Amino acid sequence: MSSFAWLTICLQALIYVSLAPLLTGWIRKAKARLQNRRGPSVFQPYRDLRKLLAKDVHVAHTASPLFRVAPYIVFVSTWLAAITVPILVVELPTAAVADLIVLVGLLALGRFFLALAGMDVGTAFGGMGASREMLISALAEPAMLMAVFTLAMQAHSTNLSTIVTHQIELGLSLKPSLMFALAALSLVAIAETGRIPVDNPATHLELTMVHEAMLLEYTGRHLALMEWAAQVKLMLYGALIVAIFFPWGMTEIVDVDGVMIALLATLGKLALLGAVLAGAETVLAKARLFRVPALLNFALLLGLLGLLSHVILEIGT
Amino acid sequence: MTKPAWTREFLDALARDGVSVVEERPDSAVPVHRVRIHSADWKPAATACATMEARFAGIWADQHDEGYVVHSLYERDGRYLELSTFLDPGAALLASLSCLFPAADRLERHMRDLLGVQVDGGDGRRWARHKAWQAEEFPLRSDFPHAGRPPRRVPSDVDYPFENVRGAGVYEIPVGPVHAGIIEPAHFRFQAVGEDVLRLEVRLGYVHKGIEKLAVGRDPRALARLAARVSGDSAVSHAWAACQAMERATGCLVPPRALVLRAVLSERERVANHIGDVGAICNDVGFSFAHVQCARLRERWQRRNAGVFGHRLLMDSIIPGGVGVDIDADAERSLRSDHEEFRRETTTLFDVIEDHPSLDDRLISTGILQPGDARALGCTGFTGKASGQGFDVRVHAPYAPYDTLAMKTAVCVEGDVAARVRVRMMEIEQSLEALDRMLDQMPSGPTSTTMPAAGANAEGLGIIDGWRGEIVCFVRFDSQGRVARYFPRDPSWFSWPALERLIHGNIVPDFPVCNKSINASYSGHDL
Repeated sequence: MSSFAWLTICLQALIYVSLAPLLTGWIRKAKARLQNRRGPSVFQPYRDLRKLLAKDVHVAHTASPLFRVAPYIVFVSTWLAAITVPILVVELPTAAVADLIVLVGLLALGRFFLALAGMDVGTAFGGMGASREMLISALAEPAMLMAVFTLAMQAHSTNLSTIVTHQIELGLSLKPSLMFALAALSLVAIAETGRIPVDNPATHLELTMVHEAMLLEYTGRHLALMEWAAQVKLMLYGALIVAIFFPWGMTEIVDVDGVMIALLATLGKLALLGAVLAGAETVLAKARLFRVPALLNFALLLGLLGLLSHVILEIGT
Repeated sequence: MTKPAWTREFLDALARDGVSVVEERPDSAVPVHRVRIHSADWKPAATACATMEARFAGIWADQHDEGYVVHSLYERDGRYLELSTFLDPGAALLASLSCLFPAADRLERHMRDLLGVQVDGGDGRRWARHKAWQAEEFPLRSDFPHAGRPPRRVPSDVDYPFENVRGAGVYEIPVGPVHAGIIEPAHFRFQAVGEDVLRLEVRLGYVHKGIEKLAVGRDPRALARLAARVSGDSAVSHAWAACQAMERATGCLVPPRALVLRAVLSERERVANHIGDVGAICNDVGFSFAHVQCARLRERWQRRNAGVFGHRLLMDSIIPGGVGVDIDADAERSLRSDHEEFRRETTTLFDVIEDHPSLDDRLISTGILQPGDARALGCTGFTGKASGQGFDVRVHAPYAPYDTLAMKTAVCVEGDVAARVRVRMMEIEQSLEALDRMLDQMPSGPTSTTMPAAGANAEGLGIIDGWRGEIVCFVRFDSQGRVARYFPRDPSWFSWPALERLIHGNIVPDFPVCNKSINASYSGHDL
């Protein structure tokens, strides 16, 4: 293994934590422009994080130690999950652990602690947020796995590197199974990252919150880590969709030129995806909470259709 | 003078029930028929009103030298009836009307907490009384110092006895009085199973400013200034109601130009608030496009207010005897072009809002206020109109200049959030059209006149259709021509109980949008 390969791994990991706030800022900016507003600068999320990191931490009297460690667990598990998704180079030394099941597991770990922390202080909002988050994730996870299996069957592996390599070799293809899987994964991504129509990241209404409700008791650096983790998660889903369905530009050869091209390609694709998300969020209102299961069941159905169409139409050809 | 139909019927019914009328004053200047009865007949008389399906429009008490006078107001077919009774300070209790008119409950508690007029029956819990006053202190009484007592540390209000719901899986959600957004304070206590709301109880009073006490001893001009600050979003409506009450008490004839200008101000206030509400409702369901557009339109509208009338919220533009503002040809032209532009922009915007599937999904069938509930509570304004209660003071009991403007009412019957949005949109359209007509027929002449000095104990009742609904305002002068009693009854007294009813069967995350669709005033209610 060359040291450059390891350097690239570190670069990938750093890109996630350093550029995730920029992606969030970009989506907010795009939304603001679509609403005829000027909006804050794309760097505003960095300023917010810096502000929160500098602030004192206040913890409720009723909080257990879990409340204090949860932000670190959530941040680290989300980051680790993000690292499994390749954004620049496919065949890296860590490719062996970059497994889709691992990814789902790491995200579930973060969510588990997030929900526990939400309930820990004992306020009504935290409990409500945790219960809603669990409702959403219980339905989102099967849909995600179904989409993942569709991809895994194509590449005969659940390893992300292998899947991406397979997709690159496949070139531009309009397989029905891939279309279904893309639709299912997009719906799951919207639900899991708390975007409209599932959750409203900009709301101040305690009673309608899902993700924000669990963070209401957090302050200072704890809150900064939680927010940051949410931003990384958003970038993770974006990178996942980009890597699997639009992997062009990603390199298999580890050299400086290849990495640079891959970096530019990935950033461009993420920016485009963010703009699409902003557009969708502008034309949609938030759905009623009990319509969310219907949406996620639809995602599950799409995943299942993807799997079936692969089995029926694509195997043996 | 011919007596209005239902009050005639009512007086006949009283005679049949053996209720003797102490004093009867048909008021020629106002469509209010005043009847004084004995305190023992308080409930039988109210029962007669209830039997005749009159709408309850308020109850308040007034301390005179010799005792208390309690007033209550009813309306049917655009005709008002004011029942009042005299209470000896040490006399028997007055019967509660809350079993006949549920909306009377909080007004009675307000009266009891601030003035110490005890009511027999009804909800015995304190309402306006938070912990700032001792148990036997009544801040509105004349022996209570006008400046209040020196501030001390007020114990936290933790032991208010909320109603409880018991059962498997029932849990309580306390919300407020401090909220995550920048809104006024109120405490909402939900009892829920899962996400379904079983019961909601609202606890208000956190923005009590002592308006009624502050009014005592003011001259008319200062009272109008105070009235504009009862609820900032209803600056024009409350000031107009207070001025109308004072003008009726003193027999002041307001010049026609001033009256039309008042109507212009009032309709401008209505448009600004309705457009703001439509946007805010959309924002509460995460549809920020409409929110931003409405906010933009409202902002431009209010800047015009500042440019032409000198204040964004039009505060202090209405003064006793007229208005303190005037418009010239330039101002009229810019107002007209505003109307045109506003109409053009809202046509497109309202099309989007009315025809947006994902918005419809959230607003239609959410927070239904049954027409029966709206009638029982006496809801007016968009809250009532969206539930089939078409009463509008401008239409059914028109005061000048609306008596010549032939306004229409916008009525829907669905009673859901979507209907309340629709009523607002229709009212905006009608107001713009009325504004144009008012500019067309703007009379010339003075914009104000000097209000004659008030006689001792002169009383007046102002009744105005504010943008939230009917505002009733009672003013009595003392022997020096200064205000002895001021009571503004904001429509919010009836829309807060409506909110508690319409939330039944809805889910917790739909509460904010239901609340926003009612948009009751905290400040106007807490006084």
